[in-house]
Amino acid sequence: MIEALIFLVLTIIKIGVVVGVLLLIIAYLIWVERKVIAHMQVRLGPMRVGWHGLLQPIADGLKLIFKEDIIPARASKVVFVLAPVIATVPALMAIAVIPFGDTISIFGKSIDMVITDVNIGILFILAVTSVGVYGVILGGWSSNNKYSLLGALRSSAQMISYELSLGLSLIGVIMISQSLSLVDIVDSQAKYWFVILQPLGFLIYAISAIAETNRCPFDLPEAETELVAGFHTEYSSMKFALFFMAEYANIITVSAVAVTFFFGGWRGPYLPPVVWFLIKMALCIFFFIWLRSTYPRFRYDQLMKFGWKILLPVALLNILITGLVIILL
Amino acid sequence: MLESLLFLIMGSITIACALCVVFQKNPIYSAIFLIQTMVSLAVLYVLLHAQFIAAIQVMIYAGAIMVLFIFVIMLLNLSKADEEGERDNLFFQKPSAIILGFILVVMIGTVTLKTVFQGVKGEYTPETISQIGNTQLVGKMLFTKYVFPFEIASILLFAAIIGAIILAKKRIIED
Repeated sequence: MIEALIFLVLTIIKIGVVVGVLLLIIAYLIWVERKVIAHMQVRLGPMRVGWHGLLQPIADGLKLIFKEDIIPARASKVVFVLAPVIATVPALMAIAVIPFGDTISIFGKSIDMVITDVNIGILFILAVTSVGVYGVILGGWSSNNKYSLLGALRSSAQMISYELSLGLSLIGVIMISQSLSLVDIVDSQAKYWFVILQPLGFLIYAISAIAETNRCPFDLPEAETELVAGFHTEYSSMKFALFFMAEYANIITVSAVAVTFFFGGWRGPYLPPVVWFLIKMALCIFFFIWLRSTYPRFRYDQLMKFGWKILLPVALLNILITGLVIILL
Repeated sequence: MLESLLFLIMGSITIACALCVVFQKNPIYSAIFLIQTMVSLAVLYVLLHAQFIAAIQVMIYAGAIMVLFIFVIMLLNLSKADEEGERDNLFFQKPSAIILGFILVVMIGTVTLKTVFQGVKGEYTPETISQIGNTQLVGKMLFTKYVFPFEIASILLFAAIIGAIILAKKRIIED
């Protein structure tokens, strides 16, 4: 009984800390993105609120909360309110199975630095994030707006197509480590990172992860130049902010999965494991922002052709090669 | 105790959502309730120690197939009458649905009563499954004992894909 109670309290604390840190990172990620892009374009970015705009996220948050909340006439009200929630909750849930560090012991009690280690780890992440697409589709549909609907249709097709190659690109790593649990996958990278053994898998993962999170150069669902703002055209105030949060939470999730699967997770010399994990994740996120300020957007037919005719066959080929090598060695 | 409580809650949510799928007039709402039905079914699978099936259920049914359903409903461009639900003129539809539904319930009922409640305990109890690993066990069975049905299913899907491509191509040529 006491054991169960301790377990419960520990889990609740872990969830609180992880989600709290996650939300803080999301808030400051927006500031980081604005700053990095500004400096890449020889601008300064936000400078007014606090030192170098450091308090900008708080100002933005307050502004968004106090803005008028508009629901368009003839919109499907329940679905319109539900859509941002459906987008955000799965994005925050996926972080639950990612290990941040080695087991530590406090007061003689060993604590795993992961909220829960389920034996189907990566399948859990893929399943939960695949539900997130409904936020985009239903949000676009319920707005009763042509641009929103077009954005929603584009994104649903895009996300289903790239989900396939995303899942297939990870199978090579799973074949080598013989486990779906993320803790085991980190453990089997004690000698070398899987990015060395699976360079092709990592390349496919990186491309499809960018497409899955609807980021540039795959940001067709919200292509400003043609669709106003895509699926969230009609959204205002905190509902808009929830869509924004979902996007950044997804970036963090795919970066964390990339670190866990290809860059040895929390493993690293000298510094504590959690710090290593955060450094690696920050570099992955920087890569996302870097891409956004570098590349133009894909055309829609190019996107579909690339996904189905190049990425998917290459991902299958990667599995075939990995299987052959494992059998021959 | 906790498990049976969870089962009761999720089971009633599943049934309620399944009923809503049938009784909702707007097809989009029906589809949303169908998604919820799929997700609650996944929770029931977890309670049965079938985590792999649960994840696949959410990933394939809730995450991919239902997206296509909603996609198609949105593209069909529903009229006002469709959204509010119209009385349809097919008079034989309701009685035949009731009769066929009754036959289905009786069939599933007898099969379940004969196999599940009176069967002997099989080789794979929850303890052995958790020892070997759920995913590993499913993979092993699919590629040894059930390899023939598994491969037949893949050929069936392949044929369906080719059929869909030919139907789509035909329309383009005609235009």
